[in-house]
Amino acid sequence: MTSTGIRDRVAIVGMGCTPFGELWDQGVNDLLTDAVVECVGSAGVTMDAIDAFWLGTLGSGSSGLTLSRPLKIDYKPVTRVENFCATGSEAFRNACYAVASGAYEMVMAVGVEKLKDSGYSGLTGIHKVGDGTNAQISSPAAFSFLVPAYCHKYGVDPEEMGAVLNRIAWKNHRNGAVNPRAQYRKEVSLEKIAASPRVAGQLGVFDCSGVSDGAAAAIICRAEDAHRYTDSPLYVKGLSLVAGPAAGVIDPEYDYTSFEEVVRSADDAYAQAGITDPRAQLAMAEVHDCFTPTELVLMEDLGFADRGTAWKEELAGTFDRDGELPVNPDGGLKSFGHPIGATGLRMLFECWLQLRGQAPPERQIATVTEGGRTLGLTHNLGGGPGECVSFVGVVGTELSD
Amino acid sequence: MVAGIVSWGVYLPYWRLERRAIGAAFGTASGRGGRAVASYDEDTSSMAVEAGRRVLGLPDAPEPESLYFSTPAPAYLDKTNAATVHAGLGLSPDAGAYDLCGSVRSAWATLDLAALAGARAPALAVLADLRTGLPGSVDESQGGDGAVAFLFGPEGGVAEVIGRASATDEFLERWRVPGETGSRQWEDRFGEEALAPLARSAFDRALARAGVAAADLDHLIVTGLHARAVASLKKSLGVAADRVVPDHAATVGNLGAADAGLALADCLERASVGQTVAVVEVADGADVVVLRTTEALAGVQAVRHRAGARPVADLVTDGRADLGYPVFLSWRGMLLREPPRRPDPERPDAPASLRTEGWKFGFNASRCQVCGFRHLPPTRVCLSCQSVDQMVPERMADVRGTVATYTIDHLAYSLSPPMVGAVIDFDGGGRYRGEMTDVDPDAVAVGTRVEMTFRRLYSAQGVHNYFWKARPVTDEGDG
Repeated sequence: MTSTGIRDRVAIVGMGCTPFGELWDQGVNDLLTDAVVECVGSAGVTMDAIDAFWLGTLGSGSSGLTLSRPLKIDYKPVTRVENFCATGSEAFRNACYAVASGAYEMVMAVGVEKLKDSGYSGLTGIHKVGDGTNAQISSPAAFSFLVPAYCHKYGVDPEEMGAVLNRIAWKNHRNGAVNPRAQYRKEVSLEKIAASPRVAGQLGVFDCSGVSDGAAAAIICRAEDAHRYTDSPLYVKGLSLVAGPAAGVIDPEYDYTSFEEVVRSADDAYAQAGITDPRAQLAMAEVHDCFTPTELVLMEDLGFADRGTAWKEELAGTFDRDGELPVNPDGGLKSFGHPIGATGLRMLFECWLQLRGQAPPERQIATVTEGGRTLGLTHNLGGGPGECVSFVGVVGTELSD
Repeated sequence: MVAGIVSWGVYLPYWRLERRAIGAAFGTASGRGGRAVASYDEDTSSMAVEAGRRVLGLPDAPEPESLYFSTPAPAYLDKTNAATVHAGLGLSPDAGAYDLCGSVRSAWATLDLAALAGARAPALAVLADLRTGLPGSVDESQGGDGAVAFLFGPEGGVAEVIGRASATDEFLERWRVPGETGSRQWEDRFGEEALAPLARSAFDRALARAGVAAADLDHLIVTGLHARAVASLKKSLGVAADRVVPDHAATVGNLGAADAGLALADCLERASVGQTVAVVEVADGADVVVLRTTEALAGVQAVRHRAGARPVADLVTDGRADLGYPVFLSWRGMLLREPPRRPDPERPDAPASLRTEGWKFGFNASRCQVCGFRHLPPTRVCLSCQSVDQMVPERMADVRGTVATYTIDHLAYSLSPPMVGAVIDFDGGGRYRGEMTDVDPDAVAVGTRVEMTFRRLYSAQGVHNYFWKARPVTDEGDG
């Protein structure tokens, strides 16, 4: 894949993010209003300054009217975007390109999802029925396929694997516990995680991300204009999205221990951003920990750990908030929650806080304040093992030479 | 050469309900043994496909040009269920497919029709039943589920008909108004009094036409849902007890419309060349046929043996007997179980189902003629070499596979949770991700060998959603 990228051509100058959770008293319009109002306030602008909008939502609305109607947007372009669970990142990516192309000076990417009104457990209904032959396998079940496959390939004992997955859930809950916007704000003991009721395969309730409501937004402008709005803009270094041919679910060569889509999108984003050693260069990563084994495999696909070693690194605390490379310092999908369309932008919101040193002291990561690293990664994935779309983005506080 | 039955296939479901489980639930005395139980994802049409596969999959089985299906428990009315069976078997679109549904006795006419059609061109008759009754009823504990298929052809018949007769009268013995769960019966002794003389009359006339004395018959089959009449006829027709083909009511129950077929298949598996067989079916009267086995029988028996076709005598001893009575009741819709907190499934779309008939019903993959890559579901563009429209369909229903990875899904919608999901790699190429059935969740592993089975995934808004699932094979050794 060839992409030239738009490194340092656009910047984020304002962001907003609602608390995520079971927000029974807030509808889609409320969530959008809160995120957008916070976002424009953060950039110190008014809605008049925004030339165009990209709205990401999986199913909480159709068309640009979903945003323009509640915000009373004044006859401007609003594009509704959907790309499974990578929807929020996709809204952001397209908004960035609009500015980079020169078509607009300032745009907004918004993501929203209202999941808790359905009354169902887990995610529901993204496939049309058609001929009725699509397997009814749930999302946790699809991702749980990773567990026996990984154990089998690398000779990891299932019990040891259980400890690894529990440790990932524990870490992300620990991070969410000190984040006031997270859905779950309690540490959970390893014992309690291990004893949680099974949902699918080896996965228990605590291995699954929170089903939640929420919205997040970002304002993007030309890099050369960024300092008119903030002293500390976040420059876009790389953006990559790939949709695979859904090979894994039909090709016996696929072994369910990797996401090829993630590998490809990471390679592309790293090339755009000039990253050669992500584990050493990145200050943090927000990755798509929809289920604990997903985070495990992502550590290898994103180049943070060698093949077959991520399970040891997770146990060693490499990816803890105070570890060598903090992963999901805001709690991740696991603990911050996963309102589909908002998630990709929520990941950027954590980069926005952490890389600019604006996270509260009790959870500010040291790779920025002491390590002097300036780059953050967001990874967003939609679909499941063998058939998915994957987004990798890199943002940073410094312009490259 | 003799026209007639050229081979047969018997399908008994995986599950058995032990009668003592019923007795324990009601605190009453219960019979011994068990009954065959169609799983939550089976109906008479899906079982008919399974029975049909077991005969059409035999070496050199001719492809039928017509299909006759009979059941008193049809999945649909108005719509032809035989068309579903036809599609599940992957038969030619040029073949006819017909239902004879309603009474148990229709099964007899189905065999008769298929035999007539089979004299011209190969024809398949499939008899299926799913016996049920109100909780605690005799029908519930003594009935059984299953399907039997007979393939007829212009030559190579294993038996010739040497005599036949019928008898009919109108009386209320067993009946059911459409929509009712169980059938009703008049007092037991009345049924026996009404049925037995009709059966004796037909039996005597058939034997006279065949020129065979009762005492000289090699095998006597008497079947019917009226157990009392059947038992008394077996003793009183003048045939020695050791020549009466034993029924399998103790192990699988009375299969109703498929019961005579089960007994005949069992008999043909044991009979020798040149023997006489009388089949007596007692249902609203009686039908009798007297057969003499031909030279072809030995060859057919040998082919079946070499192909590994399991005889009825073995099939009735198979089955998994730890089915809980409440689970059985929930499968039969007698006990409403709390559904998962998931959306109800939606009915499949008719146009989409027709477009993908080869996949949905026939389980056809597409194989790229350029590079050989096999795609499930079929695609037009090759994953491996990107060639467009270079595919040929390939039926995968009888191809076995191996579990690459699996999961026990407690969240997914299932009529009998948890769902077992698996990624299946097929022998000779191709991968499919889907559901498993007839499976002990604790016994699935990476490497488990599986075969495909035609099932009803669920029903929604009056539409039955048929498709294929994988189930562990039981007849392969290690390696």
